[in-house]
Amino acid sequence: MAIQARRDVFQAIADPTRRQIIGLVARQSLNLNAIADNFDVSRPAISQHIKILAECGLIIIRQQGRERYCEVQLEPLAEVADWIEPFRKAWAHRFDKLDNLLVNMEANKKTKKDGNKKTT
Amino acid sequence: MATKKQLKVTAEPGRQELFIVREFDAPRELVFEAFTDPAYLIDWLGPKDMTMAIDHYNATSGGSYRYTHTDTKGNAYSFSGVIHEIAAPERAIQTFEFEGLPEKGHVSLDTALFDVLPGNRTRLTIQSVFRSVADRDGMVMSGMEGGLSEGFERLDGLLQKLTK
Repeated sequence: MAIQARRDVFQAIADPTRRQIIGLVARQSLNLNAIADNFDVSRPAISQHIKILAECGLIIIRQQGRERYCEVQLEPLAEVADWIEPFRKAWAHRFDKLDNLLVNMEANKKTKKDGNKKTT
Repeated sequence: MATKKQLKVTAEPGRQELFIVREFDAPRELVFEAFTDPAYLIDWLGPKDMTMAIDHYNATSGGSYRYTHTDTKGNAYSFSGVIHEIAAPERAIQTFEFEGLPEKGHVSLDTALFDVLPGNRTRLTIQSVFRSVADRDGMVMSGMEGGLSEGFERLDGLLQKLTK
C-alpha cells in the first residue's frame, strides 16, 4: 500500500517497539540479536522495525565482521521537538486577538445593560 | 487579571487527532458567541499578516461556511466545511477542509467544547480528527500560516511520498 512508503521521523517513532529500540541503542550500539533479546516479539519483526528505523534515518547499520551493529542517529528527532511550534504559535496569536475581542464584547454588553437601566 | 491562559497543543506521534486547549477570562456564552458568530470570527480567526474574508458562515446545525485568508503577496487560501452541530453554549462540531490541497477530500472533523470554569472563565477544547496520520501531520506542518508556502511545499512532498 502507498502508506507503506512513508519514511520519516514521525513514522519511526509512531510505534512503541521502535521507540524502545531507539532507547536501547541510544545507550550503546547493539547488534540485532542483542536488540531482539529485549523483546518478546519475533526476530524478523524486530529486524523489520530496525529496517524502518534505518530508512527513517534514526539508525545506522554498520557491518563489523560478521555482525551488523545498530547505531543511533538522534538528530532527526529534533524535527519532532519543534514541529508543532509554528502551528502552536499561529493559534496563540489568534487566541490573543480573541482575548482582546472578549474584553470589548464584555464592555459593550455592560454599556448596553447600563443604557437599558437608564431608559427604564 | 493574572490567570493562566497558556495554550496547549497536543499531537501525539502516530495518531490521527490533535487537541488545542486554551482558557479565557470570559463567560462561556461570550466565548461561544465569539467562536461561532462570523461578525466576531473575522476579528480573530485570520492568521498574522493576512486578511480574512468570509464568503458565508451559517453557524447553525446543518449550515456551512467558507472563508479565505489572503497574504500580502495576494496568495489566497480558502477553507470550507459544514456545520454538524451548534449546541450553544457548550459544543460546536464542524468539518474543515483546506481547498488548496492537491487532492480533494482531506477533511477533518473539529469538535469545540466550552467548559465553565470558576470565576466566570471558560476552557475551550478543540479536537480535530483527521482521515490519516499523514493528513494530521500535514496540517500541523503546514503551519496554516506563518511560512505558509514553505509549509505547503513540505505538505506536497509528504503527499508525493504517500502516493508513490
